[in-house]
Amino acid sequence: MPLQLLYGIEAAINGLMTGVMYSLVALGFVLIFKASGVFNYAQGVMALFAALTLVGLQNGQVPFAHLINTVFGTHLDRFGWHLPALLAILLAIGVMILFAILVERYLLKYLVGQDPIILFMATIGLAYFMEGFGDLMWGSDIKVIDMSMPLLGLPDGLPQGGSLWIEEHTQFLGDERFYGFFIDKLDIVGAGIAAILVISLMVFSRYTKTGTALRAVADDNQAALSVGISLRTIWVIVWAIAGFVALVAGVMWGAKSGVQFSLSLITLKALPVLMLGGFTSIPGAIIGGMIIGMGEKVFEFIVSSSWFGDAMGFTLNATENWFAYVLALLFLVFRPQGLFGEKIIERV
Amino acid sequence: MSDAETYVTADGRTIGPPIMEMRDITLKFGGVTAISNISFDIREGEIRAIIGPNGAGKSSMLNVINGFYHPQEGEIWFRGKKRKPMKPYQIAQQGIARTFQNIALFKGMSTLDNIMTGRFTHMKTNIFWQALWKGPAEREEVENREIVEKVIDFLEIQAIRKTPVGALPYGLQKRVELGRALAAQPKLLLLDEPMAGMNVEEKEDMSRFILDVNDEFGTTIALIEHDMGVVMDISDRVVVLDYGKKIGDGTPDEVINNQDVIDAYLGVSHD
Repeated sequence: MPLQLLYGIEAAINGLMTGVMYSLVALGFVLIFKASGVFNYAQGVMALFAALTLVGLQNGQVPFAHLINTVFGTHLDRFGWHLPALLAILLAIGVMILFAILVERYLLKYLVGQDPIILFMATIGLAYFMEGFGDLMWGSDIKVIDMSMPLLGLPDGLPQGGSLWIEEHTQFLGDERFYGFFIDKLDIVGAGIAAILVISLMVFSRYTKTGTALRAVADDNQAALSVGISLRTIWVIVWAIAGFVALVAGVMWGAKSGVQFSLSLITLKALPVLMLGGFTSIPGAIIGGMIIGMGEKVFEFIVSSSWFGDAMGFTLNATENWFAYVLALLFLVFRPQGLFGEKIIERV
Repeated sequence: MSDAETYVTADGRTIGPPIMEMRDITLKFGGVTAISNISFDIREGEIRAIIGPNGAGKSSMLNVINGFYHPQEGEIWFRGKKRKPMKPYQIAQQGIARTFQNIALFKGMSTLDNIMTGRFTHMKTNIFWQALWKGPAEREEVENREIVEKVIDFLEIQAIRKTPVGALPYGLQKRVELGRALAAQPKLLLLDEPMAGMNVEEKEDMSRFILDVNDEFGTTIALIEHDMGVVMDISDRVVVLDYGKKIGDGTPDEVINNQDVIDAYLGVSHD
């Protein structure tokens, strides 16, 4: 096979994997949107906050150390422990559940029955509050996430770097200038985790009472109340699950590029994913993510290549920054409900 | 008559003691009094109609019974106990189910799933068992499913079992909504204009279902309806509201001959 084509395939595969990582964030949006019709702008910040909390707890950081030191003139920094990753994950899940309860009690409770735009504004507020709160609590330095879990057979943390096995086994596809596909092991793990999450969430939402209750609440608050569903409990459950998904996304992105505040910006990448996949579809979030991820890599690969330049007389660079949004725009024009979203039918 | 343990209706049926008593209920929205000082009871096993012109406070009364509204004054007694202010979902758990004037179904879900939600108040297993989908959760699902299938058979909607209800015609949606309420096996069933917007045939079907529910399951039913013919046909007793006040209460015959009711509801008589 020609070298260019092989590189193109490699770009596509890597794009797919990155796309799955976008999907992890988009998944959290879909969950909350499905159950409450609210676009939760804070989902990206929740991922950041979850990852910060995880690292902070693991490294025994004193929360609000900077604030306390400034006010009281102390020199607090660490508690001096280093928790195993599994324990830290469990604690972080606990924090996200607590977060869900607090959000329900101090925010959503007062906004029941309001227009979606009001709830959306509330989540924007929540996003900025949490960003500042996370900074205050854990500090703004970039943190390295340590996922070594000997119990799960991962003594060195999540696998990183290109997979040699794949490189060796794909070398034969090209001539001596081709070294095989370079695929990051972390991306493969991410894809696997995303697949497990999606399947379990789909099964949960379709086959359990709580799952049906979630869908019922999303459809009609009043009717849900009248069949004996407690809105508040459901909202806590949804936000807790979204918090858990955020934690997974935060860990995966944190492992990829360090836990840093720019993590909250992945919200913006999840938006086009949702427009493609549909705001209400869990599998849609995954497929949308893969299309966006693959599309932007392949597009970049094509329009920046020399043969494209020869043929067209110009090349484009850094298309990754805007490709997803343009694609989403096209979808909004031609298929506003996305690939898998429920078609909006208005009876007159 | 509300002190008597049982009561014999005009057509000779014996109905039980009051299951629900509204005592001096007053409901205000700001300066507007929607319901003023109304008392009436609903007896076990009867079909009780609440009628009145538009804006009389009928729907408000139903919303008070099922807890969407909380009256400023008055007491609600349910099954011999005074009811504390409760959330609608808690009231549903006590065995009061309802349908809505503007159909409130879960439009994205199938008929089956919609009716299954009616069983929620009877499902006890927690999220852990549900996730495992074994043991108690599975058993419970099977039991509930049987009841749901019975309701589906009863309402003759087998054919649309898997259809998303958003795609169904209006009359059938109303029937599914009734099915969801029935699946809860309620002690008291509230129907808010079950026949609004239906054609004659659909109305006849719905009347038959309401009578059958009452007859076969002994379900106590309170309904709001505008079609006087239907009300007179199917209800045991009627309470008439006008401008938030009670102007009549009794059997259909008593009510229809009550001068206040004739004036207020049916228009002033000219004979």
